[in-house]
Formats: sequence, C-alpha cells, structure tokens
Amino acid sequence: MTAAFSNKVDIELTVNGEPVEARVPAGQHLVDFLRLDLGLNGAHASCEHGVCGACTLRVDGEAVRGCLMLAAQADGAEVWTVEGLTDQGTSADLQQAFVARNALQCGFCTPGMIVAAEDLLARGDVPTRAAIREHLSGNYCRCTGYEAIIDAVESVARARAGKDAA
Amino acid sequence: MTIQFGNPDRPNSYIGKTVPRPNAEKLVQGRGRYVDDIVLPRMVHVAFVRSPVAHARISGLDAEAAKAVKGVLRVFTGADLADVCTPWVAVLAHLKGLKSPPQHAMAVDRACWVGEPVAAVVGTTRAAAEEGAALVDVDYDPLPVVTDTMTALDDDTPVIHPDLGDNLAFRRLHEEGDVDAAMEAAHKVVSARFRTARHTGVTLEPRSILVDWNPAEEQLTAYHATQAPHMMQTVFAEHLGIPEGRVRVVCGDVGGSYGIKVHVYPDEMATAAIAKVLARPVKFIADRLESFTTDIHARDHEIEARIAVDAEGKILAIDVDDWTGIGPYSVYPRTSAIEGNQVVNLCGGPYDFANYRARTTVVFQNKTPTCQYRAVGHPIAVAITEGLVDMAAAAIGMDPVEIRRRNMYADDAYPVTSPAKMKFEGLSHHASMDRLMELMDYDALRADQEAARKQGKHRGIGIASFIELTNPSPFMYGIGGARISAQDGCTVRMDPDGSVVALSGVTEQGQGTEAMLSQIVAESVGVTPDKVRIITGDTQVTPYGGGTWASRGAGIGGEAALQAGRALRGSILEVAAAMLQSDEGRLDIRDGQVVDADTGETRMPLEELGRIVYFRGDTLPKGLPRELVQTRHFITMDYPFAFTNGVQASYLEVDTDTGVVTLLKHWCVEDCGRIINPQLVDEQIRGGIVQGLGGALFEEIHYDEDGQLLNGSMADYLVPMAAEMPDMIVGHVETPTAESELGAKGAGEAGTAGAPAAVMNAINDALRPLGAEVTEMPFTPERILRALGKIND
Repeated sequence: MTAAFSNKVDIELTVNGEPVEARVPAGQHLVDFLRLDLGLNGAHASCEHGVCGACTLRVDGEAVRGCLMLAAQADGAEVWTVEGLTDQGTSADLQQAFVARNALQCGFCTPGMIVAAEDLLARGDVPTRAAIREHLSGNYCRCTGYEAIIDAVESVARARAGKDAA
Repeated sequence: MTIQFGNPDRPNSYIGKTVPRPNAEKLVQGRGRYVDDIVLPRMVHVAFVRSPVAHARISGLDAEAAKAVKGVLRVFTGADLADVCTPWVAVLAHLKGLKSPPQHAMAVDRACWVGEPVAAVVGTTRAAAEEGAALVDVDYDPLPVVTDTMTALDDDTPVIHPDLGDNLAFRRLHEEGDVDAAMEAAHKVVSARFRTARHTGVTLEPRSILVDWNPAEEQLTAYHATQAPHMMQTVFAEHLGIPEGRVRVVCGDVGGSYGIKVHVYPDEMATAAIAKVLARPVKFIADRLESFTTDIHARDHEIEARIAVDAEGKILAIDVDDWTGIGPYSVYPRTSAIEGNQVVNLCGGPYDFANYRARTTVVFQNKTPTCQYRAVGHPIAVAITEGLVDMAAAAIGMDPVEIRRRNMYADDAYPVTSPAKMKFEGLSHHASMDRLMELMDYDALRADQEAARKQGKHRGIGIASFIELTNPSPFMYGIGGARISAQDGCTVRMDPDGSVVALSGVTEQGQGTEAMLSQIVAESVGVTPDKVRIITGDTQVTPYGGGTWASRGAGIGGEAALQAGRALRGSILEVAAAMLQSDEGRLDIRDGQVVDADTGETRMPLEELGRIVYFRGDTLPKGLPRELVQTRHFITMDYPFAFTNGVQASYLEVDTDTGVVTLLKHWCVEDCGRIINPQLVDEQIRGGIVQGLGGALFEEIHYDEDGQLLNGSMADYLVPMAAEMPDMIVGHVETPTAESELGAKGAGEAGTAGAPAAVMNAINDALRPLGAEVTEMPFTPERILRALGKIND
C-alpha cells in the first residue's frame, strides 16, 4: 500500500437523503465507508472485486458496486442503500414479494438483489423471465437457486405495470 | 392427544402450511445482524499471513516491518499461539484406522497447504492489520509437494507426515455377497471411470468470528457464523483451557453455510486464542481469497466402478473403487473420512440387489483440507450409481426409467437393510417415480427429444433416483468420541401476555428454522404463529443441541419443539382447569384462547391466564403447579439415520459445436416425510438442486502440480448465476417416519444429492447417438468437445 492510499480526502454527499460530511482515507471503498463510518450495514462486502453484487448500491440513480467505487469518488453524489429505500417505502412491494415468495434464505445477497432488481423495474415495462435472469446475473445467490427471486421480481413488475395502467 | 395431520381443518393447523418466515422481513430491509455488523468497545482486527507455498519448513520470520505499521498492535507466530491453544487430532474411533497428525491454530514450523495461517497481525483497523500482514517476512524452505490423489500411496511419492508412515488417512472396504462370481456370470458388465471435481461452498458471507475474552468474568464470548454453537463451545473450552460453562457462543444471522461453517478452522481458533491473550474483542472476517484457500473443499473423488446386470435388466452386482484426497489434515472434529465413508454407504442405495463391494481410499495431499459439504458423499454416490444404471440400460437396450422400476425396492418392502448395511424404515421410490413421470410427462418429452433430433438439436433426458441420509443418531459422530450432539432440545415458555417464546438448540442458517419451529410451537401450544418468538444460536440461553447439519433441524429440533409445546399446553390447561373449575380433558387451546374442547366456546384468553399466574398467583389453589416453561429433548433411537428418497430429472440441450449445455428444465420429486412448510421445503430443494447443478456444469477448484490454487476468486471459480439456471418443478410423496410424532425427515440436501447425476445422464442421453460419453465433472464445453472428438490435443 502506498502512502497515497492513506491520505485523507474530504467529501460531502447525501446518503439516504441526509447530508453527510466526512474525511475518508483515499483508499477506502464506498461500501466500507457506509458500513464502518455510517453504520449502514445493509450492503454487504462479499467478493470485494465486483463480481457477486452483494454490495450493490444506488449512486446518482445507477446501480453501482460499493466495492468498486471509492468513498472519495462519491463526493457530491446521491447515495441510496437498502435502509434508505426501506425508509422511503418505495421498495415495500418488492420486499413484501421477496418475503411472500421466500425469495431469500440467508439474506446476505438480498439487499444487493433488491437494489439491482429496482434498477430493472425502474424501466417500467414487464420484463420477460429471461430478461430478469439476465439482469440479475451479476448478483449471486447461493441459497435459493434464483427461481423464487425471479418469481418475486416478475410479480412486482406485473403489479406495478397494472397499477400504472389503471 | 395426537395431531390429526390428515385433517387440514383441525384447530391450530399450522404444521403442513406455508406460513411466512418471521425473520425474513428484517433481512429484506437490510436489518440483519451478521458477525461483521457487530462492533464492540476496544475491538481490534486480525489479519493472517498465509503460506504462499504448498509445503515448506518455516525457517525464519521477521515481523519488524509489520510492527512499524501505524495501527498494528501485535504480531503472533504459530509458536506464540501454541502456548495458548492446544493442537487437535481429527480422528473418530468408529472410523477404524483413520489417522491425522496434530494440527495447530497456526503452522508452528511447517506449512502444509497454500493458505495455511503462519502468523497473525492484530491492528486497530482491518486495513492496518492487512498492511502489516503483507510486510511479515517469512523464510520458507520448500519441501516435496504431494498433489495427485491416485499416486499418493506410491512408493516413490514423498510422505507428507513421516510420523504417520504413509499418506493413507483412511481406507474402508465393504463386501456383501460374491461380486466376482456375479460379474463372471452376468449377462452384461459395464464399467466406467467417474470423477467429481473439488468444490467449495462459496458462502456469500465469508467465515466470520468476533471473540471477546473478559478476564474479570473469566468468560469467552464468541460471536460466530456457525452451524453448531454448542460444538464450538466445547472446542473453544477444550483447546483454550477454559471451563465449558465459561464459554458462550452466539450465532446470529449467518450468510450461508451449506456445511462450510460446521467445522473448526485454524484461523478462527487463532482469533479466539488472540482474544484471550489480548483480553479484548478480536474480529476476523475472511476475505474472498482466504475463503477459497481455507474454507473446506469437498468432493474431489476419482472412481472406477462396474455394474453387472442380467438380460432383464436386474442388477446383479455393483463394484466401486473410490479415491479421494483430503489435504494435509483431517478436519476437526468431524473428520475428513466421512465423505468417502458415505460413498461406500450410499452407492446402489435405491436398488434391491445382492452383491456389493465398495472401497474408499482417503489420502493426504498438500491442498486445502476437505470435509463435509452439503449432501456429503451423496452427489458422488448418486453419480456413480445412476451413471452405471443408465449405461447398463443402454447396453441392453432398455429405457432408463424401466430399468430403475425393475430394481428399486418395492414401496411395501420396508423395513429393509441394503447391501451396504443401511437400514431403511420406509421409502417410496416407485410412488416418487410415478409422480415424476406425471410431472414431466415423460413420453411427451421423449417425443420432443425425437423431434428436436430431426432438426439437428441434441437434447437429452436424465433421470437420477437417490436416497438421502437425514436425522442422524449418535452413530454419525457420537459413537466415535466426538462431542457432537445428535439430540436436540427446545424450551417453550408462555409470558404474561399470552405470547410464547421458544428456545431451540437447532440454528437458523436461512433455511427457515425459525418459521418451521414457530409453526410447530404454534400448533402444539394452540396459538397463532405470530405470537411465537423463536430464539436460537446462544449456548448460554438455548437447550443443548447439535445445530444445523445432516438435514436434522426439522426432524430432530422440530420434534423437540412439538413435545415441548405439547407439555406447555398441558401446563396451561392444568392452570386453566383450576381457574375454570373444569376438567383439563374438556378444555383446549385454540388461537390463543382457552376454549371448551367440544364446542369451541371461548372460556378465557391466555393473557388472562398469564395475568393470574404471574401477578395474582395468590388466587390459585396452593400447591397448584403453574410451570409455564417446559423443556423437551428428542433423539432418534430406532434407526441410525432416517433415510429419505427421491428422483430427479433433467432436460437439456447440448450444442455439439460449442460444447455448451443449456438446461431447459429440471424436476425433483422427493419424500422427506411429513412436510411442515411446503414452501420452505420446495425452496430447500430448489436451492439444493442449483448447488448440484453448479457441480455438474461449472464448479471446479484447480491446482497446479506445485499445489498452487489457480482459481481463487469468484470470477474464476464459477458458481451458478440466474441466467443459466432453469425453472424447477418440485413434487412430493410423504412417508412420515414413525420415530417421531411429527414424522419429519430432512430435506436440505436432496436437491444437491441428485442433480449432478441427472445432468450427467441427460448429457449422455443427448450424446449417445453420437457415440460420446462424459463422466468427469464439471461437464465443461471443453470436456464435451473432447468427448465428441472435436478437440484432440
């Protein structure tokens, strides 16, 4: 590790709608900042190199890997975690669908899965099962075998489309 | 009173219904509490220096540069910790001849696999500890490396542990009947060589532990992502020299286990030892490379096998020679001989035949240790058996379903003892096969396959029958001397508001233990499931138990909960009868109300009974028992294991130009006895199937000849992802075990047991017209193209 990684960087951002100011090590990942400094434990570190999706966050409207982005890069950004989405209530139907369909077992992948699924659902149409599978193929789940997750996302896509049409 | 399981309209009928998991809501909101989420005052972090070579003498260690890193507090060597933590030897008395050398929390003078912990660096932050670990300078004098299983016992192969004499850890030969004579006289003998790859669990939550030693209380508290808190309590106590009663293991939310988190890991023991030395909380969270090099591996088997059949397809004999390499140490305390032993126990499992010979040879090598991982031995035994049966069917021109029907134990044959000397209480192979045929519409699928073939598409149907070992008795570990409980307990308590708390020795790893227990307690006491809170995973709080392994939670822990709930119901009714001046037998509890048993008329809500018992006990008759806490334990006695059975089918397409396999659909019919929660069972089956599909198509740990692990990342070790997986149809037959009132057997491993064999048989069904066959997993495009002769170099 070079000294540059230890240099401190001042950042200002909003996290789950609240303003945050912090001085972070230049080498600190966003997911670690959220977990260690803000106590937001919903996003999980798992593969730590952008493969598994357990740390998926919403940054400026995009689904982003919290382990591939530095906290310093989030200066000025708008960050949402599963805690914020929950408090906001915007994902309540998706979360309920996950519970009802048992689309989670150990729950470690679930916060990332919710954020990634919302990224797809935000497009507004009703995706095919294949499209849902494709979209979530960057989010590993080792417990469920995925089918229940696909079912849950599909049911919410249909319900939201129906509501919009009405 | 017995529960009328056959009547879905009975009062409090929660057993057998899908009810939501009480702990799912917090997990979807990101409010779970995994070990890494816990922060304690004065907590420090440990990072490990790990051997970069597979076998070497450690001749020197310089930690000065590490100690100079800002935030690094201390560096420990293996010798430092050997003074605090005694070594262990992972053998079991009933696995005769099993040997293994003493293993320390960290290598003392010799490293035996890439990833073995050699030194530990403690820092105020994980970043500081990791930075320090990178600066520890260790001198390694290389020693000869043993990697190949099949030559591990050759005379010219170096012996890894000279004190043990050779590289043989364990060998078992089982013989029944006269295999050679049966082979000699058979109509057809088919032989094959199978290989199952080295896998690992890839739990999304890495292994995690936070240990606090409080010298003022002389108590060690370990917050541990584990499947077996009580087992770990014993292990910490024994090897750290602490009375068992002064060790508390707390297991909160766990991010995936699958058998990975039921073992004793050197780095976790080291973390506990360091906490004891430093007298402050120490956290260790494995990173992903550490997960690949130090989580147990499994399933690295090479097998030569033969089957003999007569002209009618009747199996005459099965002969299996199984070899596996387990790394340099047998893993504590369950040992690494169990998997091979299971292969011997399980081959030929569904079939009624007479002549059986199976040998397993378990050898040491300089790779990551292997041990029990979901469906231990089953995927191997099922692949061997079902592969051979399909090959025999092809050899005599018989349909693969027909040959199975001709050999499976009749559904009314039980109890029976198999040629492997496994005792089966009651299985349903034929009923399960019938159900599978309906679900998949076998004949229509064959027609589709035929039509596809005319269009040049190579589709295949693969069938795999299987048995699964669940609900283990002490015959699994206890008789061998391991302090691993096969019994489990449950304490059920009614609080003043009429709500019920149940404390159970089985644990929640995400499979739905808490939901399952809440249903059983709700039904057995007579309240709604939302009035039941479940507490698991705290050795200082729950009854002693075994935890989660070998598909035992529902069958063992569930029965204990049923009996405890029933006992609490009795206690409540005894008080209620006194209060209502009625007879206990004329009262019942339904939906949280004491009611008249005959009319259902409400007599008193439970909160009123609670108010009287807890706050106005003076109004009750003197001497009236008012014990609103009841504990019961359960252990199986009649059978060593409760076997379940099932059958899976895979339909897939092989692209013969690219070698890529596309899974079109998958079916599983299984019989886990009484189903407590249909949705949870189905999802266990589905999740298990996908883990099996990973083994069939993707998962393989690669080593080079120097013992270097070549694919230690999630980008390189492929596990199933959403896009490649099929939809899965799950069906059931229910043959409850008579060992318990609940009648539940396990369901957690059936999917993994049968899926690889079903895929293998489906691929070979697709390739058979082309004269190709694959038996080495995973069935990668390269292996399929080689089988087709399209790659020859």
